[in-house]
Amino acid sequence: MNSLFFWLRRVGFLIWKEALTILKDPANRVILFAPALMQALLFGYAANYDVNNVDYAVLDQNHAHSSSQLLTHLDGTGVFHRIATLNSSAEIPDIISDGKALLVITFPPDFERRLSSGESAPLQVILDGRNSSTAGAAANYISAVVADFNQQQAGAAPAISLETQAWYNPNLESRWSMMPTLIAALSMMQTLLLSALSVAREREQGTFDQLLVTPFTPMQILIGKAVPPVLIGLIQSTIILLIIYFWFKVPMNGSVALLYTGLLFFNIAAVGLGLSLSAISTNMQQAMLYTFLLIMPLTLLSGLLTPVQTMPKVLNILTYANPLRFAIDLVRRVYLEGAQFSDIAFNFIPLLIMAIITLPLAAWLFRNRLY
Amino acid sequence: MSDDARDVVVANNLVMTFPGMTPKSPEIKAIDGLSLRIKAGKMTAFVGPDGAGKTTFQRLVTGLYLPTSGSLTVLGIDVTRNPQAVQNQISYMPQRFGLYEDLSIQENLDLYADLHGVPQEERQKRFQRLLAITDLASFTNRPAGKLSGGMKQKLGLACTLVRSPELLLLDEPSVGVDPLSRRDLWEIIGQLVKEEQLSVIVNTAYMDEAEQCSHVFILHQGKILDQGSPADLKSKADGLTWVVRKPPAMKTRVLQAKLLEQRQYITDAVPYGDWVRFICCQQKDIDKLRPSLDQYELHSRQPELEDAFMLLLHAAQGYDDQEITDFKQITMPTQQGSATDQDKPVIVVRDLVRRFGNFTAVDKTSFAVERGEIFGLLGPNGAGKTTTFRMLCGLLPASSGFLEVAGMNLRTARAQARAKIGYVSQKFALYGTLTVEENLTFFGGAYGLSGAHLKSRIKMMQEQFSLSGSARSEELPNGFKQRLSIAAALLHAPEIVFLDEPTSGLDPLARRMFWYTIGKLADQGVTMVITTHFMEEAEYCDRIVIQDAGKILALGTPDEVRRQAGMGENADMNRAFIAIVENARHATHSAKEGSSS
Repeated sequence: MNSLFFWLRRVGFLIWKEALTILKDPANRVILFAPALMQALLFGYAANYDVNNVDYAVLDQNHAHSSSQLLTHLDGTGVFHRIATLNSSAEIPDIISDGKALLVITFPPDFERRLSSGESAPLQVILDGRNSSTAGAAANYISAVVADFNQQQAGAAPAISLETQAWYNPNLESRWSMMPTLIAALSMMQTLLLSALSVAREREQGTFDQLLVTPFTPMQILIGKAVPPVLIGLIQSTIILLIIYFWFKVPMNGSVALLYTGLLFFNIAAVGLGLSLSAISTNMQQAMLYTFLLIMPLTLLSGLLTPVQTMPKVLNILTYANPLRFAIDLVRRVYLEGAQFSDIAFNFIPLLIMAIITLPLAAWLFRNRLY
Repeated sequence: MSDDARDVVVANNLVMTFPGMTPKSPEIKAIDGLSLRIKAGKMTAFVGPDGAGKTTFQRLVTGLYLPTSGSLTVLGIDVTRNPQAVQNQISYMPQRFGLYEDLSIQENLDLYADLHGVPQEERQKRFQRLLAITDLASFTNRPAGKLSGGMKQKLGLACTLVRSPELLLLDEPSVGVDPLSRRDLWEIIGQLVKEEQLSVIVNTAYMDEAEQCSHVFILHQGKILDQGSPADLKSKADGLTWVVRKPPAMKTRVLQAKLLEQRQYITDAVPYGDWVRFICCQQKDIDKLRPSLDQYELHSRQPELEDAFMLLLHAAQGYDDQEITDFKQITMPTQQGSATDQDKPVIVVRDLVRRFGNFTAVDKTSFAVERGEIFGLLGPNGAGKTTTFRMLCGLLPASSGFLEVAGMNLRTARAQARAKIGYVSQKFALYGTLTVEENLTFFGGAYGLSGAHLKSRIKMMQEQFSLSGSARSEELPNGFKQRLSIAAALLHAPEIVFLDEPTSGLDPLARRMFWYTIGKLADQGVTMVITTHFMEEAEYCDRIVIQDAGKILALGTPDEVRRQAGMGENADMNRAFIAIVENARHATHSAKEGSSS
């Protein structure tokens, strides 16, 4: 009991030293919290797939009542803004390729005639496919408007009417599904970098040898090195959480305690990864390079931007080695869905395995890295 | 006019200031009103402690720095106006010469010849000559990164000399180079000066090198302390230099410490085998000392350049008298083993081997270190002393062999075994961003101290080493950084302290203080294991071991090593070292030839 106390007290000195070196480095201090704050705000406003503002152009070769009626419908949505009325189809390429309009709607000369004679009237929509997701969303929007218009024209209800209801995000706002994942994703970049630099910095400055000749065991060094970045990661997560909840007003349905338990496990796995990278690096530059090389695939294969389920099988398997994948799933479900522990328990297993592999590996590498 | 033509460098009231390390700290005057003339066709040396302004002055001469004020004419050209014209006529070898480590010797030479626009037809002759005198001709395909420190330095010199310059500037060409390579390097320089009438300006920390020059400038804090021919300078110490022999029962360094404590009469004292060389402050001081020295054998001796240098430096800087009295009180709480352990060696090494791939860095090395001994590891660069040292501290596993430190193998024994040792690395290796007190607190805590006990130990260390607690460690001057490193290594009262090249980067006065401290600690039963490339520092050690190519060549007291080298007790350690290494290399060489024929 007593020896455990002494053991822990010495770890305490190490944690204190680590925290002090992180906080005292002026360069470090700046990157600690400012980027988390900034990125959360940036992502909230900029990374948005919702179609709220679509500029379009019209080529009306018919100039009839029904075409202007349809356009009134479109403009009435508040989403579509007509920026030009074209006179010939020759003008279409320029207006699309310059990015002035996302789409061009063309009414053929016989639009009104076909409509009144009960034939099906084609309406051409040319989209800027360079931005597929926005274009797709806009096209969907137009279909909906046209379907609405058709129904009014026909005056009868269609055979099947779709009643969609999106759970956990009733308006299908991409901000809602995106932002909670940032609680894990943004803080990971920092904790990974911080832990990756910690041993590499000591090696570069020669202090690691000094640390290795002290009576610290690798286990103690590991704990001392892991605790400060884990704590900093949690603090960053908190900052992002507060921004999402209070600034962007994304409602939270789950338990805060469960969310933090998940984040804690996630941070430990990420720090294990970071420390392992750090232990194999000879200097800070190398550690930084490894981290950046790793962050890109970790982010892509996490489900942050595209769902994991739609990835090719090989990549899908790879995502199982990605702590961020499970953290994102966990955070999203707890935050939006209000999932209980039993619903998301599966996510803890890979995180635990990751920590169990990377942490002892890092501890072993401290002393046994090839010279 | 004709007078000016024979001066390669003329400086008038030259000043160079740098901004302080932090915005708040005052600016640094690296060169402070320097006026001098340097003659053509001669070798001129600049000596002085670290930070005296030697490097800054050379960089001003090359036009790499622009002076803050004052004028500087090099080869008749105003450097501040036309640095390129000067650079076209000079060659400069900075302290860390920029060799391309992945390129071979030949490719490095080609590259520098290209950079300097040396015509193809001249190259071959020049290369051949340079390779011959640097002794590198047989390795031209070897990458520069795989050369030893001494060979790199020679190649650097060869690359600097791909063309024949009007003026050659060398910034500490032999720093970190072992005595053998150092001697070779100076032979090359001497030969070139003679054959090509080169004008050379060289910065050096070694007095024996300065002695080979025709004119010496002693710099201190950016000012000229004194100048003249080596003979002129030496004469300043006339009648002040003495030697005293230790009685058989006494250690040389104990006698040295006693002399150093007589601050009012003695400027400096250094051990030299069984003798202590010392310098009196004034001629009449020896009479005041005679009563206290009458039981010893006392002679006057010829002054050397080092004596003059120390005398001038002391006059300019002076010891802090308070310090030396502080050091007298150094007390180490004893943490020694039981009485039976006292006689056993604290370090035992038998047949220690360390291989890196197929290269054997340390080959079947055996020795033992007694308690309270100062044990020195000496050797040329790449001789295996650092590898041996790292294995002793438990930082590197041995490939095979037996290794016991304080009764345990540090590599495999539990971490608690490491609590018995202290470690001072070559580079400052405490946390630079933390304050003195924070560093001491952390290392104290690392060794299991805490609370009031830790506080009192830290206070004691701070007092003994005159360290102020709130200073940021990285902003301390070099000497104080090292004191802090030693204080951190001593907090837990270790049985053994390992010090890796502790005196490199310290000025001569700081080095004296360092050895004084080490001696005092050893007297209290702390074992000291030290690596050094300053051969004269071997004199402070009780025993030394000389390694080359991974093997032990000599082991014993400095005098025994001198005898092994076939030299008398007046020989300096440098020469003894060179003799031993050369004999051994010669022996292996002829053994190889013998077996092949």
